[in-house]
Amino acid sequence: MATTEHRPNIGATPRRKEDPELITGEARYTEDLTPPRTAHVVMVRSPFAHANIRGIDTAAAKAHPGVSDVLTAADLEGAFAAPLVCAWPIVDDIKIPPVYPVEGTRARYAGQIVAVVVADSRAAAQDAAELVEVDYDPLPAVIDPEEAMADGAPQLFDDVPNNVTYHWRSKEHSPVPSAGDPDPIMASAPVVVKERFRLERLVPNAMEPRSILVEPNASQGEYVMTSATQIPHIVRTVLTLITGVPEAKLRVIAPAVGGGFGSKLQVYAEDAICLALARRLGRPVKWTADRTEEFVSVHHGRDQWQEIELAADADGKLRAVRVRIVAGMGAHHLLLTPGIPMLGAWLYGGCYTADAYSVEIIGVFTNNTPTDAYRGAGRPEATYAIERAMDALARKVGKDPAELRRMNMIPTDAFPNYTIMSGLSVDSGDYTGSLDKLLATLDYQGLRREQAARRASGAARQLGIGLSTWIEMCGLAPSRVAGALKLVCGLWEACTVKVMPTGTIQVMIGVTAHGQGHETTFSQMLADQLGVDYDDVQIIAGDTLTVPFGMDTYGSRSLAVGGIAMHNAGEKVIAKARGIAAHTLECAEEDLEFANGSFTVKGTDRSFGIKEAAFAAWTAHNLPDGMEPGLEATYVYDPPNFSWPGGAHACVTEVDTHTGAVKILRYVSVDDCGVIINPQIVEGQVHGGVAQGIAEALFEGAQYDEAGNLVTGTMTTYLVPSAAEMPSFEVLNNPNAPSPTNPLGVKGIGEAGTIASPPAVINSVVDALSHLGVTNVERPATPERVWRAIQEAGQ
Amino acid sequence: MIPAEFDYRVAGSVEEAIGLLSGNEDAKLIAGGHSLIPLMKTRLARPSMLIDVARVPGLTGVARDGGTLRIGAMTRWHDLERDPVLREHCPIVAEAAGQVGDPQVRHAGTIGGSVAHCDPASDIPAVLLALDAVIVAQGPGGTRRIAASECFEGFFQSALAHDEVLTAVEVPVLDGAGCAYVKFNQRAIDWAIVAVAAVVRHSGGTISEARIALTNMGTTPVRARAAEAAMAGASGDAIAAAAALADQGTDPPEDTFAGAEYRRNLARVLTLRAVERAMGA
Ligand SMILES: Cc1cc2nc3c(=O)[nH]c(=O)nc-3n(C[C@H](O)[C@H](O)[C@H](O)COP(=O)(O)OP(=O)(O)OC[C@H]3O[C@@H](n4cnc5c(N)ncnc54)[C@H](O)[C@@H]3O)c2cc1C
Repeated sequence: MATTEHRPNIGATPRRKEDPELITGEARYTEDLTPPRTAHVVMVRSPFAHANIRGIDTAAAKAHPGVSDVLTAADLEGAFAAPLVCAWPIVDDIKIPPVYPVEGTRARYAGQIVAVVVADSRAAAQDAAELVEVDYDPLPAVIDPEEAMADGAPQLFDDVPNNVTYHWRSKEHSPVPSAGDPDPIMASAPVVVKERFRLERLVPNAMEPRSILVEPNASQGEYVMTSATQIPHIVRTVLTLITGVPEAKLRVIAPAVGGGFGSKLQVYAEDAICLALARRLGRPVKWTADRTEEFVSVHHGRDQWQEIELAADADGKLRAVRVRIVAGMGAHHLLLTPGIPMLGAWLYGGCYTADAYSVEIIGVFTNNTPTDAYRGAGRPEATYAIERAMDALARKVGKDPAELRRMNMIPTDAFPNYTIMSGLSVDSGDYTGSLDKLLATLDYQGLRREQAARRASGAARQLGIGLSTWIEMCGLAPSRVAGALKLVCGLWEACTVKVMPTGTIQVMIGVTAHGQGHETTFSQMLADQLGVDYDDVQIIAGDTLTVPFGMDTYGSRSLAVGGIAMHNAGEKVIAKARGIAAHTLECAEEDLEFANGSFTVKGTDRSFGIKEAAFAAWTAHNLPDGMEPGLEATYVYDPPNFSWPGGAHACVTEVDTHTGAVKILRYVSVDDCGVIINPQIVEGQVHGGVAQGIAEALFEGAQYDEAGNLVTGTMTTYLVPSAAEMPSFEVLNNPNAPSPTNPLGVKGIGEAGTIASPPAVINSVVDALSHLGVTNVERPATPERVWRAIQEAGQ
Repeated sequence: MIPAEFDYRVAGSVEEAIGLLSGNEDAKLIAGGHSLIPLMKTRLARPSMLIDVARVPGLTGVARDGGTLRIGAMTRWHDLERDPVLREHCPIVAEAAGQVGDPQVRHAGTIGGSVAHCDPASDIPAVLLALDAVIVAQGPGGTRRIAASECFEGFFQSALAHDEVLTAVEVPVLDGAGCAYVKFNQRAIDWAIVAVAAVVRHSGGTISEARIALTNMGTTPVRARAAEAAMAGASGDAIAAAAALADQGTDPPEDTFAGAEYRRNLARVLTLRAVERAMGA
């Protein structure tokens, strides 16, 4: 008799394992830890966006009670073996000027560290920081990347003319051939639209600011760094390069971490400074950012000028896509800075087909905080450009935007493994299916009728319907592809599954959660795979000493890469247990079937459980000849492809034409994120991602004054929205396109909402006003900008 | 975000607070702390001593005395929002209190702290201006009654002396007059980009008297005098025409939220909406 396999966990919503300690406050964040003799660090930061440093007088600060030292770049010479690391030199002739953790001669952004105060208390360090006298000679500053590359603009580095650090062209630098050359098509196509968009800078605001504690064992030359980071493994490797502390003697722990959104996918000056100080002082050293300094010191996101051109036939059939991006890098490169815009370069064609495609990106230094990965990293930028441009094309050819999208979509029967216009191969997708489901859920035609009625009546509040049919590449990434794109690391993932003698299971995994719910999701998966209880599985992560060397968490990779590493390690465990079971039951391995945690001899009721196998493996009294004792396995998984989620989002807005206020009436999403392990966690990721995208579209944007100061550097002026500003989300999924590239069919959902939603929102605002002649509202579409767009269109 | 060092004293009475203030030029009163503490954390304010007056007996609650409602200076927004006497007799105060910040702010911030702080973007000052309210302050020389129109002197500058404690705010019972506070902001928690307080006497669709005050249209809350004058006797389209004068004589700020021209538009649009709401539309 064949056993039916129960998979009670996958697809269910068990109580989340990580919540009790978060709710009760028992979770330990870095700032909760203050060992005896801790030295507290406060950074002295440049108040000028661009200034030569003529001298620094630290005497008064040093004399302040409780201060143990005040250090400048000169004092720290020798502390750093190398400058801050940029691991993504995307073209051979990229310019990466060396920048050290503490700047000694020329501040290039307001917020750059120029001195470090160490004291017995945080308060003393803060008081003393005010006493450090820096003699600055201010220089003209430039903030806008287009202005920065113009002749005559202030120059950040003498050897980087026009502040241009790189020029990446898909025609020249793409490792895969893209579709044809768009240039001749642009010159001759019946319809061409050209759109230009500004993507303002965004400041990531994780709920927990960055925090670092380094505890030295000076006599052994060993260091334990506890840090609010997404990437303990990468931090360790990179800090070894910067400080010279041997990698084997550095342990990095990410304890409870309160969010990151990419901002903690970084190895910052502060990390290197704290490690260098712990080595110098032989005391624990601690630094925690306050919110105000986090605004100027955490890396920023986006900052692009985009030009996108679409060529089409008269009926709107897309022929070619040509894109030019000017991307603001900030004052210098950090870990992945140059590569972020290029991560989007594969997606400016969206989920559509065309014959020709090219992208060029110019990276430009500017006098503000460096940019780097922010939720979606490159992909929201690309999605924004193509989805806004598709609406412009729809207006131009007089087609409904849903119809125009549908006629240009990659058909579902083109899969699996369809090569999109940028040259990458997409695993699976069902874009028309998602769009159909979206339109039905919306009652799209009903909304269009209501819109027409409001237009006819000239109502003050007009209705807008905005669509975004999106695609993204996540599950970063095949190491070979990473290498071809010149990223200086692989993107595999590692996991060890260990079945204890008494049957509970430890999973040591290289990906590190900071709010994603890995413990819950991974426990669900392994429980079903091994046929054990959800509570029997313990997930351990975020400590370079205890888990296998991994590549950490970002790019929606934890499930699609880390999860598969775990799954494959689980398969190795099952295979080994099968050998023990066959040996014990005295049958051939092939005669055993495994289900619900037990091996059964086919056609009999003789069985042997995986927990029994674990005990047998531990005692090792009676194992097959040559078998190693113990029931554990490690798997290092390098994915063969990205995973490719996609879907269709709609935002319905009501725009008050008298004030410019935008109210979101409905937000509906239909996402294909592959097989869903935990629907609640997926829904939570969509809620948070969409909220963050709405924030980009309507609320958040860094503003600078003429001198280069961030004037939206507080929670009062930088408008992070709250639940009160959000609609109730209608979250649907499209289950028809599980990924064929991994055994679980999973894809990823961590960034989807942020990638899809900004164009849906802005398309909706423009749609509400298009009958008044409005064709664009820059983001964030603040009430004033919306009002101005109406005034200007009316003139 | 750590304030500079300071002493902290809890005053048991208004007199004790006045005494402590008189002896120390750098001392400051603290009530809900929701304006003062943020300034201290960024070290824009560095008082050497904080004198806590939030718990002084007798400074909270709303009491009716004939045609006047007396509001204790240390009454919190949350309590104002819910107060049955206010909601019946002067609902605009409760309405505005309910729009201040978020629940956390409303459970800490006080009306007296807000009046003393004199932030042109704060909600209650314009409401008090439209109501012709009276601010009651006690100093070493005794008690002083200040008309709302005299209280908000300038940018973060009230008429209170350093050693005066604001003890109460008096607002009128609104017999028959309609009122509304219409606030425009981007996030629920934010200060007003512009807001309008309107107190309107009307019958049969015709306005006899409109008192209109604007939040964040200058360095202090201001009365929209031209609109008020045009509203008197107006009905129908004439009300809209009057509202279009709301920004006359104002000098709105330019900041990261909005420019002056846009604020002028808001003042006009919101004035019409406030007056219409006050008239029961
Ligand atoms: C996130 C946030 C959002 C906010 N949003 C809004 C908003 O939308 N609208 C709005 O109007 N306000 C808003 N506020 C401000 C809030 O309402 C403040 O609480 C209020 O303005 C000040 O009241 P307080 O009791 O907190 O005063 P405190 O901060 O304690 O004191 C403010 C000032 O008043 C002085 N003071 C206090 N009590 C007295 C007294 N009895 N006599 C004389 N002087 C005194 C203090 O010395 C100090 O100078 C917000 C605040 C925050 C933090």
